[in-house]
Amino acid sequence: MAHSDEMDQVVSSLLDRAVVDGVESKRLQAMRETARAHFVERGIPPIEEEDWRFTNLGALRELSLHPAGHPQAGSISPNVLQRLPLSTIPGNRLVFLNGYFIRRLSSIVEEDGVQALSLAEALSKHSALCERYLGHAVQSHETPFAALNTALFKDGAFLHISAGKTVREPLHLVFLSTEEDTEQTHYPRNLIVVEGGAHVTLTESYHGAGASSGLTCSATELIVGEGARVEHVKVQDENESRFHLGAVAVQMARESQVRVHSLALGAKLSRTTIYAGLVGQGVECLLNGLYIPRNSQLADHFTIVDNAAPHGISHEYFNGILAGQSRGVFHGRIIVRPGAQKTDAKQTNKNLLLSDTATIDTKPQLEIYADDVKCTHGTTVGQLNPESLFYMRARGLPLEMARHLLIVAFAEEILNRIRNEDIRGALSEVISKRLGSDAEVRYD
Amino acid sequence: MTEPILKIRGLKAGVVDRSILNGIDLTIFPGETHALMGPNGSGKSTLAAVLAGREGYEVTDGEVWYAGKNLLELDPEDRAKEGLFLAFQYPVEIPGVNSTYFLKAAYNELRKYRGEPELDAADFLNFVKARVKLLELDESLLRRPVNEGFSGGEKKRNEIFQMAVLEPKLAILDETDSGLDIDALKIVANGVCKLRNAHNAQLVITHYQRLLNYIVPDRVHVLSEGRIVQSGDKELAMELEERGYDWLTKEAATA
Ligand SMILES: Nc1ncnc2c1ncn2[C@@H]1O[C@H](COP(=O)(O)OP(=O)(O)OP(=O)(O)O)[C@@H](O)[C@H]1O
Ligand SMILES: [Mg+2]
Repeated sequence: MAHSDEMDQVVSSLLDRAVVDGVESKRLQAMRETARAHFVERGIPPIEEEDWRFTNLGALRELSLHPAGHPQAGSISPNVLQRLPLSTIPGNRLVFLNGYFIRRLSSIVEEDGVQALSLAEALSKHSALCERYLGHAVQSHETPFAALNTALFKDGAFLHISAGKTVREPLHLVFLSTEEDTEQTHYPRNLIVVEGGAHVTLTESYHGAGASSGLTCSATELIVGEGARVEHVKVQDENESRFHLGAVAVQMARESQVRVHSLALGAKLSRTTIYAGLVGQGVECLLNGLYIPRNSQLADHFTIVDNAAPHGISHEYFNGILAGQSRGVFHGRIIVRPGAQKTDAKQTNKNLLLSDTATIDTKPQLEIYADDVKCTHGTTVGQLNPESLFYMRARGLPLEMARHLLIVAFAEEILNRIRNEDIRGALSEVISKRLGSDAEVRYD
Repeated sequence: MTEPILKIRGLKAGVVDRSILNGIDLTIFPGETHALMGPNGSGKSTLAAVLAGREGYEVTDGEVWYAGKNLLELDPEDRAKEGLFLAFQYPVEIPGVNSTYFLKAAYNELRKYRGEPELDAADFLNFVKARVKLLELDESLLRRPVNEGFSGGEKKRNEIFQMAVLEPKLAILDETDSGLDIDALKIVANGVCKLRNAHNAQLVITHYQRLLNYIVPDRVHVLSEGRIVQSGDKELAMELEERGYDWLTKEAATA
């Protein structure tokens, strides 16, 4: 899409009102410059762009967005955290408000081999690691919003797990937005470096209080060393007025195993881009996602599995449960580069439409440049099975309960792949409750 | 005189463009077992479906009284709670829904309906133990999703196990014997017999007289083209085994 010489007004206001302060390294400054140029060039993608055909960002243009400042101390009370859906998960917690780290709300127990701090702090404290890894996994040119994040981020989480370390309890990154400020942009940036042979489980969750509109433009980079194992759970549970355009980019070294789970529960419109770079040989990668939009929500997943080395195994499972006038989008790109022989890539997208007015657009996209590979993909779209419903009712279960059990079973297919029991249990409870109100609505 | 459990009068039903049941009269009293036989496609499963309340069938005429209630006005789940049970000819697989959880939910719905307290998971497991034994059910099936991957015979046995747990007033068994091996047939039939008492009744749909050696019926009916063309005692089933349906369906056509 060609842009006029004049810079798009929305683009320029997004960039101009943000001032990155403080002294930054030459490399970071250069990275930001490049990213800024990318974003200016790409702009806010119109639906004429192939990758945005189904996701119209028109409503985003209507907002007069401005970057969130550092939040006032006390603008949120600690018991907000206790009410969060995932509050029962044990382990260390880094809490961010409007994208900024809030120490007062966080709980970090020092542990050998684990560095968990704010990215703002890490930029000076662990400058060598940041220099080395920041911008490694995120492919700014692939998505304009990852570029926007790179140009403008100020804070986020920095996690470093030393080689061979097994972190017993999951680490939880919690991103909250305050109610008061509307039309704010948040640019959280997370850099997670897991060294060779280390094991860790992480959650990254976004929660919006109240009904304030605005944009969360997040980017998480996950650098996974040789033979390391990572389970990463992203939960997008923004309020129904916010836009969420977030990327999770993973770079996998030889024989590493990564499980990325992405749950899209909230937001007015969300796109989660998951980029998996299978850089080393013999890696195993799982991308596992669930989206449950209702009302007029739109939930979009855009996955890119980039096989660059031989013997990579990747499995993608995405289930959508769509109610009301909601829309779901799944776009699964699999790239097999020359030389990535014996790649085994599988992609499955299943959708359950709970109403006549919900829609799903799904698009697999295979780009295969090696000859000895196994790539499969499959899509289904359907309604609740009337035979199953009748069977359950004939045993005395009320229609609503029968519907609910079937809907939850469809969600559990995805949740069951989360290995960490605490996380799986907490999410299962939240999602079952959310889906409960969908089951009560009769559409027939 | 005691009130019938089921009283069907002049029932006509079908799908949108086609009539399947063409006037059925059938009365079943407490303590009775009736067998329903008839050629493929004669409407046996359709009758069972209409009685259980499956959507997609339209009743165009007639009435059905069940334990003094107008059955056709009830939702399927309410029929079940009133004690009507259909053992499906083709039990449905329900991936992701655990068998025990499902049956406990069904049982507790029944208890709630009767104003009895619900059972928790432990009490329920205790309660079903005897039924598991009665049908010599492989307990591991209960830990799996409903019917998922069950063999044909396991599905049928599971239907009767559910019946044993829910203790219906009227059980309609639709070809429960098909797909069962000889030993399983005895076990399942024996289970059904143990569940019979003076207050309940069974409508057994089958193609084979063999089942009726174990579950001895009080009455046998032959359905043909949506009508009961002959009724008799258990001897009728033996005659059918020997002579087939031809003589009856021809008689009906020329009558
Ligand atoms: N939902 C439906 N739509 C269209 N036709 C139907 C439907 N249900 C039943 N039928 C037709 O009605 C007739 C009776 O079917 P039904 O299943 O009741 O027979 P049946 O006596 O149980 O046969 P079988 O002994 O083979 O089980 C068949 O011709 C069948 O194709
Ligand atoms: Mg039949």
